[in-house]
Amino acid sequence: MKTNRLLAWIALAIGVIYFVVPLLGTFEFSLRMRRGEYSFDAYQSVFSDMQFRETFGYSMMMALLTIVFGMLLIVPTAYWVRLRLPQVRPVIEFITLLPLVIPAIVIVFGYLRLYNSSSFLPLTNSSSGTNLLLMLSYMTLSLPYMYRAVDTAMRAIDVSTLTEAAESLGAKWPTILFRCIFPNVMSGVLSGAFITFAIVMGEFTMAALLNRPAFGPYLQLVGANKAYEPSALAIIAFAITWISMGLLQLVSRFSKTAPRKA
Amino acid sequence: MSFLTLTNIQKSFGPVQVVKDFNMTIDKGEFVSFLGPSGCGKTTILRMIAGFETPSGGKIEIGGKSQANLKPNQRNIGMVFQAYALFPNMNVAENVAFGLKVAGKPKSEIDARVKEMLGLIKLDHLSERYPYQMSGGQQQRVALARALAPKPQVLLLDEPLSALDAKIRVSLREEIRMIQQQLGITTVFVTHDQEEALSISDRIVVMNAGRADQVGTPYEIYNRPTTRFVASFVGTLNLIEAKVVDPASNRITIGNQGITLREPLGTAKAGDTISLALRPEAGSIAEGAKGDTALTGEVTSSNFLGSVIRTRMKVGDSVISFDMFNSPGLVPPAVGDVVTLRFTASDLLIIRE
Repeated sequence: MKTNRLLAWIALAIGVIYFVVPLLGTFEFSLRMRRGEYSFDAYQSVFSDMQFRETFGYSMMMALLTIVFGMLLIVPTAYWVRLRLPQVRPVIEFITLLPLVIPAIVIVFGYLRLYNSSSFLPLTNSSSGTNLLLMLSYMTLSLPYMYRAVDTAMRAIDVSTLTEAAESLGAKWPTILFRCIFPNVMSGVLSGAFITFAIVMGEFTMAALLNRPAFGPYLQLVGANKAYEPSALAIIAFAITWISMGLLQLVSRFSKTAPRKA
Repeated sequence: MSFLTLTNIQKSFGPVQVVKDFNMTIDKGEFVSFLGPSGCGKTTILRMIAGFETPSGGKIEIGGKSQANLKPNQRNIGMVFQAYALFPNMNVAENVAFGLKVAGKPKSEIDARVKEMLGLIKLDHLSERYPYQMSGGQQQRVALARALAPKPQVLLLDEPLSALDAKIRVSLREEIRMIQQQLGITTVFVTHDQEEALSISDRIVVMNAGRADQVGTPYEIYNRPTTRFVASFVGTLNLIEAKVVDPASNRITIGNQGITLREPLGTAKAGDTISLALRPEAGSIAEGAKGDTALTGEVTSSNFLGSVIRTRMKVGDSVISFDMFNSPGLVPPAVGDVVTLRFTASDLLIIRE
């Protein structure tokens, strides 16, 4: 019994060392910019860089747009599949899983072939068109997480009875969707939103190949040319992810619905 | 004057016909229960009235107006579901106000109506609570208030008490009946619990395999079942095989013991076998028991059920159960005793289907 417990502690310690030591090392290195003493100079340098602010702001805006349009696509789809088309659910699940098995680079080359300047829909002809294409590709990338988060939240409520209850009270589809269903799957919606936010903020392949000024390509650029700033940026990127995960936990904790029964 | 009319209603799901030629008229302010086992089509009919299912054939009219082209949100029908179906993101007052807000009523009117409804269900002190903070009984009362708030023309109750525990069921069904009578709202109640249906309905429709087997008052359904199914489904009943001796004088025999029925035998001929029904509480073996008819048999078992003792006796090939009210001094008959059960001949019903 004691040996088992000791082995468990050793396994845990190895895991913690594996994850924490590189992070601590990166953080420690990011503080060494000033010779002979620790300082936040690398962070100051990153935050004062105009390109950092521009790319960070751009990715932030893309993340928000991806979340909004992703929700407008996913919530009604998941709702409709649960309510009226349960037989197509396996098909929808399969489609939403495709971005996990098809590499981002394949997807983006597909986009470039379909929407280049000589295609029937030349989205890459203009900046706004390419931004739209990038947002749509982010929506595709976030599909597996977003759909599952929303679908799981819908499983927790009786969608069809709530819909019928609202209908019998005179409600039409927009009212049912936005006042009865949407607020009750908000924890799922927000979970999906935070995961999407974290994905978009660090995404490199699509933004680089579509040549957009996003945070991912900026991270790569700084990493290739500077010494201490990439470590500071890595820590900042981790912080963004952790804040997103923390907010996700908070949202699930303060949900107004009853705790789910096992 | 009928208010809700169902004419030749049919419903099929693929090759399976779940409702067959269902006809029914319900008066304004009447409380009608659809009673039947699972899968008999009672909930399907309710859902067709609400507009959630489209009949495969037939016509539904409310107040003389056909409901054929009306969506559920255009029918002005209140519905209470077995699973409560309160909106989890809204508190009690918001749930009750929902139908009124959707109808675009002014705020002052909504507030007054919500207050009135919460007073009606005696939950005005819980108006700020969310559904997950309430018990099942409280949630169902809120669901009732929410359904009634927009003043629907018909109230549909789809097994609203099934998910509640026994005590709450009894008190809530009484409350539902009281509120229905107070508001005079036409109500259709679906249940598979005969006690519920018998205790609160003006009329009961006993359903079997998509058809209405019998429609009548609770008294008629219980005391005068017209089909074998109704007889066996509602209450406990003895089904006794008897032989016709003389149709003209209504003479029959049960295990060689002669009896004269009050009810005419109809087309039955001498020598035919007929089915008779007798409630266990209709007879008594006590000394000096009243009754113009008697059957003698040997006791085969005696079970203590709390308020009553149910005893079975064998008469010819039939086994007849009868109940005795429990009292501290009562000595139940022992197995093997020969007893005489007395009852009134009119308590013996001929089961024709």
